[in-house]
Amino acid sequence: MQSSPEIVETSRNATKSVREIYLPPQRKKVSGGDVPHVSAKNFSIYYGEFEAVKKVNADILSKYVTAIIGPSGCGKSTFLRSINRMNDLIPNCHTTGSLMFDSEDVYGKFTDEVLLRKKIGMVFQKPNPFPKSIFDNIAYGPRLHGIKDKKTLAGIVEKSLRKAALWDEVSDRLDKNALSMSGGQQQRLCFARTLAVEPEILLLDEPTSALDPKATAKIEDLIQELRGSYTIMIVTHNMQQASRVSDFTMFFYEGVLVEHATTAQLFTNPKDRMTEDYITGRFS
Amino acid sequence: MNLGTRKLLDRAFTALGFGSIAIMGLMLLIVLVPIVSNGISALVFRSTVEHRKMAYNEFHRGNQTSLDKEIAESDAARKPVYEILSGFEAELKLMDEDKQQEYKDKYDQVRTALRALLGPLPGESEPALTRLKYGQNRWEKAEEKLHEFLYEKKWDYSNPDVAAKEYFVSRSAGFEGTSLVRLFPYVEKNIDRMLLPEWTFYWGFITDSSVDSHIFGGIWPEIQGTIFLAVGAMLFAFPLGVVAAVYFTEYAREGFFTSLLRSANSTLAGVPSIVFGLFGLAFFINTLKVSESKSVLAGSLTLAIMILPTIIRSAEEAILAVPRTYKEASLGLGSTKWNTIVTVILPAALPGILTGGVISLGRAAGETAPIIFTAAVSVGSAIGLADVFSSPTPALSWNIYNLASEHEAASEIRHVQYGMVLSLITIVLLLNLSAIVLRARISKKLKG
Repeated sequence: MQSSPEIVETSRNATKSVREIYLPPQRKKVSGGDVPHVSAKNFSIYYGEFEAVKKVNADILSKYVTAIIGPSGCGKSTFLRSINRMNDLIPNCHTTGSLMFDSEDVYGKFTDEVLLRKKIGMVFQKPNPFPKSIFDNIAYGPRLHGIKDKKTLAGIVEKSLRKAALWDEVSDRLDKNALSMSGGQQQRLCFARTLAVEPEILLLDEPTSALDPKATAKIEDLIQELRGSYTIMIVTHNMQQASRVSDFTMFFYEGVLVEHATTAQLFTNPKDRMTEDYITGRFS
Repeated sequence: MNLGTRKLLDRAFTALGFGSIAIMGLMLLIVLVPIVSNGISALVFRSTVEHRKMAYNEFHRGNQTSLDKEIAESDAARKPVYEILSGFEAELKLMDEDKQQEYKDKYDQVRTALRALLGPLPGESEPALTRLKYGQNRWEKAEEKLHEFLYEKKWDYSNPDVAAKEYFVSRSAGFEGTSLVRLFPYVEKNIDRMLLPEWTFYWGFITDSSVDSHIFGGIWPEIQGTIFLAVGAMLFAFPLGVVAAVYFTEYAREGFFTSLLRSANSTLAGVPSIVFGLFGLAFFINTLKVSESKSVLAGSLTLAIMILPTIIRSAEEAILAVPRTYKEASLGLGSTKWNTIVTVILPAALPGILTGGVISLGRAAGETAPIIFTAAVSVGSAIGLADVFSSPTPALSWNIYNLASEHEAASEIRHVQYGMVLSLITIVLLLNLSAIVLRARISKKLKG
């Protein structure tokens, strides 16, 4: 939304203002990166007849943070959820093309989606802790996968809470119900819960959209902490957030992957006219 | 519509709503107050020495020495009565034939009325029926019987245009000039010395079995039968219902077959209960032969089918009310579908499922029609747990109907009928109350 003609003029003339707004921080190379962790080839997702994601070709590099942006209904969440097959919950949803996770075909006939989801963790838009104690929330995953020893569990819980920067706040009330925590704490608990099963990839579906700015900042710090240890994919509506936390950015529009580049390049020198229009706020 | 009218309408509706709720409450009060007050009279009443005799003989309850003392006391008070009777009988023998005939019927009536009040008269053989072995057990009944003893009820047919009127004639007037006249004022004056009424809390009403088809004793067989039937129905219906609800919500694919199943379930909920009763007889007893004839097992199965739709539907609602996000979170952590259902969805749905279950339990306890043909008998003793597969049982719901309509002395045992109704209402209310408490406690635990 432009309120005055002058501003329209400057932003139409491209990238200067954009560069000022979204100046990404300098980033170090990650060791063990540069290997595609997830790769999509001609990958489409259908809801019944409707093609929600159209023939996506992309390599998501290991250990880096990749942001997915785009207007509402562009298929970015659908794409994210397809990576650990959460879309299986939706009836009539099917895919074509291939989506590889390491050397495994995500939609292969013999793929065990339960094992897949253990390796590809997910944090959702709204904090969704179980109505159990903080301890039981985090121990839920490890217990599922067969860890029964109390000491081991306690160790995992502490490690996960420390990773999620929550340990200091809740270490004295692990037996309290998770729903008694604040929204931001609940979301970090969800991070900790996901980290407790030691996934390789973290899928974040708008993890801060239900949080206030202070809690959002903490989550963003957390993502920075986790960068380099996990492959992270984050769907966000907030373009500043994308530029702050990510190494790569994918821009989706109406189910098509329009542009996929380093965040610095996509925000400062977008190749596609549509990308430019979107990040300059010409449409949303 | 202007603001004034709108506010007025709002207020009018508030008044309407309040009014309808108030009317409902009033109705409930009108129904409950007599039930409660009359029902309590089965437990708390003025018992006579006859009641204490009965309790000692039939249930070995009470203190023998104090009972003997009371009996001696009341016998002393009764002695003049029996002396007057034998005196009159001697007098009767000396009268001529016509006079004897004139007094015989009236005298028999007097003896009958006296027997009802005080029990068997001296010199009579021991009666076979327990109800004839004792005089009036309850003081308020004794007062009624005293009136019957003192006055004869007659009907006035003199005016053919109106219904006959009842009127009372003093019995003593019929014996004017004989020695029996002394009897009536004596009994009227000394009735409490003969029966020794005192306030009693008869908890045996709940725990005793009945004696001589509920004329004496308690209603334990009925209470126990009701519990057996309702719990038995729950044992079948609850697991089945929850499994079916999980299938409907988590596994069934929407399609023709599923919607057919769903509508079958809804139809089942609307079937009249007497139809379930006949079905139970035809299917469980005659076809499957789960038991030789009526049994607790057959009754429980029939009740289970009747409450199944309610349990399925409430469990379904409860499961659907669990936030989708719990399921996503669990699956996202690499949990299997089954594990998600058992560890996340069912615990979160538990308050709703249990509420539906307990309310169904209350319904199973209160239903009459399904057990008429499959499980209920009018009179019987409490059955052992091992007999549930083969024996029928008395049950509150059926026996309330039976005592009120088919018992040969229905008007003599109103207190038992009310006591049964009160017990049944109490059981159902307690169940519902426990459902509310359970729900609140689990919800609180879930919310933290």
